[in-house]
Amino acid sequence: MSLFRSPNEEPLWKDEFSVFTSDERYVTRRQFTKFLTLASLGMFVGNLWILLKSRFAKTPAFPSIEVAELNEIPVRGVKLFNYPTPQDHCIMIRTSEEEYVAYSQKCTHLSCAVYYSAKNDRLECPCHQGFFSVKDGSVLQGPPPRPLPQITLEREGTKLVAIAVKGT
Amino acid sequence: MANLEPTKQRGGLVAIDGAMALIVILLIVQIWLLSATLEAFLAGHSGPVVPAAIFSGLLFSASLTLDIFVNRIDQSSRRP
Repeated sequence: MSLFRSPNEEPLWKDEFSVFTSDERYVTRRQFTKFLTLASLGMFVGNLWILLKSRFAKTPAFPSIEVAELNEIPVRGVKLFNYPTPQDHCIMIRTSEEEYVAYSQKCTHLSCAVYYSAKNDRLECPCHQGFFSVKDGSVLQGPPPRPLPQITLEREGTKLVAIAVKGT
Repeated sequence: MANLEPTKQRGGLVAIDGAMALIVILLIVQIWLLSATLEAFLAGHSGPVVPAAIFSGLLFSASLTLDIFVNRIDQSSRRP
């Protein structure tokens, strides 16, 4: 026995194109329910697709690029650079004598370029007043939905080298 | 077929409407779930991906069950 339609003497088309007005209400409701169930299947397939994509996602390989010399910028100073590709603009800030942090300069809201406000000690997006923490790039205020991607820096002798991007 | 008593027909329609409303609610939850999972995945957090897929599968199963229920009600209400 079929799950959806019990065996009937009448042909299938009579189910879908009933000659009785009273039956028409059933047909439209049944078709709409079928449409909703197919939409539900689509949502499930979408979730499965994300699951497969996350399972088989390749870990991106980042290049090592020299960003700056140590002591090249003063404390609370800023240097702009591009990483990992020339199209990806980043901002490096020297937060103390020994500490440097770097983030993608692209705001996670609508991709405006963020800048460092030394006065407020935070990264600010001028477009919609989105503010990010200098410590970890987290959102302090405004519409950005995610923290800024952080660039991992490493010291190699007297040079600062960018080696990876976290949170892309 | 058309000579079914009106009470039975009305009862069938009410049951189908109720099931349809439930499916709509489940679908709204699924749409929200998909958008939230996508948002988390694009932000680099793959933690919620597996539970979201399982929950979405459960919601789809519930929708399918309701669809089968609607088909059965439809058949029993329209045919004597």
